[in-house]
Amino acid sequence: MKHLNSLPAEECSLWWYIIINIFCLKTNFMEIIQIKKLTKRFPMGKGEFTALKEIDLTFTKGEFAGLIGPSGSGKTTLLNIVGSLDVPTEGEVLVLGKSIGNLNQKDAAQLRKESLGFIFQSYNLLQVHTVYENVEFPLLLLKKSASERRKMVMDALEWVGLTDKEKSKPPQLSGGECQRVAVARAMVKKPSVVLADEPTANLDAKNSHNILKTMLNLNRELNTTFIFATHDEKVISYLRRKIFLLDGQVEKDVIVENPKS
Amino acid sequence: MKLAIKLAYRNLIGAGLRTWLNVIVLSFSFVVIIWMRGVMLGWDHQAKNDMISFEIGGGQYWHEQYDPLDPFSLNESNAKVPDEFSELIKSGDLEPILIVQGTIYPLGRMQSVMVKGINPNQTILKIPTSKLDTVVNAIPAVIGGMTAQSSKLSIGDYVTLRWRDINGTFDAAELVIVDVFYSNVPSAEAGQIYIDIEKLREMMIMPESATIFTFRNSEADWIEVEGWRQKSFKELTKQVDNMIKTKTAGQSVFYFILLLLAMLGIFDTQVLSIFRRQKEIGTYVALGYTRKQVVGLFTVEGTMNSILAAIVGAIYGIPFLAWQANHGFTLPIDASQFGMAMSQTLFPVYSIGLIFTTILIVMITTAVVSYIPSRKIAKMNPTEALRGKLQ
Repeated sequence: MKHLNSLPAEECSLWWYIIINIFCLKTNFMEIIQIKKLTKRFPMGKGEFTALKEIDLTFTKGEFAGLIGPSGSGKTTLLNIVGSLDVPTEGEVLVLGKSIGNLNQKDAAQLRKESLGFIFQSYNLLQVHTVYENVEFPLLLLKKSASERRKMVMDALEWVGLTDKEKSKPPQLSGGECQRVAVARAMVKKPSVVLADEPTANLDAKNSHNILKTMLNLNRELNTTFIFATHDEKVISYLRRKIFLLDGQVEKDVIVENPKS
Repeated sequence: MKLAIKLAYRNLIGAGLRTWLNVIVLSFSFVVIIWMRGVMLGWDHQAKNDMISFEIGGGQYWHEQYDPLDPFSLNESNAKVPDEFSELIKSGDLEPILIVQGTIYPLGRMQSVMVKGINPNQTILKIPTSKLDTVVNAIPAVIGGMTAQSSKLSIGDYVTLRWRDINGTFDAAELVIVDVFYSNVPSAEAGQIYIDIEKLREMMIMPESATIFTFRNSEADWIEVEGWRQKSFKELTKQVDNMIKTKTAGQSVFYFILLLLAMLGIFDTQVLSIFRRQKEIGTYVALGYTRKQVVGLFTVEGTMNSILAAIVGAIYGIPFLAWQANHGFTLPIDASQFGMAMSQTLFPVYSIGLIFTTILIVMITTAVVSYIPSRKIAKMNPTEALRGKLQ
């Protein structure tokens, strides 16, 4: 969309300029995730445990938002439902127009494959695969050609500064490097939304900042929506939107004017 | 499927030693099963070939009363050579054999024998009958290795033969052993003495008589002759077939144990994988695999063990199997005591069918064994799997 935005007005008719800008504006502020009255309950013993209670949230394209809260506040549960790894007990979650509760296994897998990227606390890299193969994996699922895959993987490794480690295997990498591979894997297919569950929990301060800066750059360059589940202050300082969860409910939803960059 | 194969290959190769241990055990099963089945097939071929060469030729006519297992009717189980056979006998395509009962006294011991009168010039059977023409001061006789062993007779030894002629009169004569042959066919060797048919007819006062006729060619035109039963090559080797079938069934237990050992390794690896690789399974699902696809991946991974095993097995198995086919497998115990057509050294025979059937059976079994534990993945909750939480 950038090139359309940057067209000088005199080269287009006035009407075209207006239409394009309205379209871009709509795209930028399009609600890509809508959560309505979401409740999630898990069976526990003879009763049930309510992890999320009537959550109402929306996320627009290009957000860099975080779900903040202590353990058991429902951050990961919410992230899992948005990621179509779990389903709501009540309410509705629409991700890119698709209702998570109504998706069958195949459609949910399709949504994850095409539009969602995941970053996990413990990296979840395929241990016996090389860095290159780990990053290549989502593209194999998308049936990209070998040359396309090669280009996209190398681009992704360049974003995270790991081009020299393409043949290494995860056990040969440091924690920071592993998480950078995980970021590259999540970003390689340029998904609409990246869901990061405690991405810096296993990293030291320096690596945490590096990873966060990388993700922030990708968010800016590719306009990808990032949603974090975290209680790490380092992550929180980078967020442009902070959603505080407590006991499965939204306590506060704050837009940050001047986040760390 | 292509992707599952690609990933399964990467996972297997990446797993290193765990994979290779399974592959080696499985390849061992491949080679041993093929070798053992080859030995059985080789034994079958060898037994039949030896029987054809030394005993049954291309098929036989039996006198209607002839029963090789009934010594009491033996002396009555013969008749004059029918006119219908004259031409075939003249051309050498049919050989008459007269069989009577007798007793020999080697080293003072008494031993019952079947005395077989055979044409010294015959060329249908591999028995060295030409030696029966040897001029000596006793009746020249040829015996098999098994008789030589049991009676402790060797070439040049003399032995007394006693028989009862057509009139029921006992008579005796001195035999000299002019040759000993080895055939691996107990019914051609054990308790059998071969002498010139004309001499035997003379001794028995049974001119022109025969008990059986042996064909040269198994595809010869059979003619119906009254008083004589046709015994085809297939009928005469049926006993060998049955024996091999029984042995093969017995060996199936061994194949089963071998296969079970290999499958146990694969099953164990698969079951362990489901638990150990939960995070990986969760990651596959998070990245866009359906649970069904993950089950497929794990099944392909298990099955690929058998493909790698076939390749590894081929690397060391082909030279081993070829060497065995050339040099044979020598039995550690005396095969002549088994009472069946069996060589001391068995030469395995491998057919394409045998190899492919074995590979196919092992591959199908591996696929099933890999699939059974993988089904558990379908019931896994991906969020729990991602955390690597045991279920």
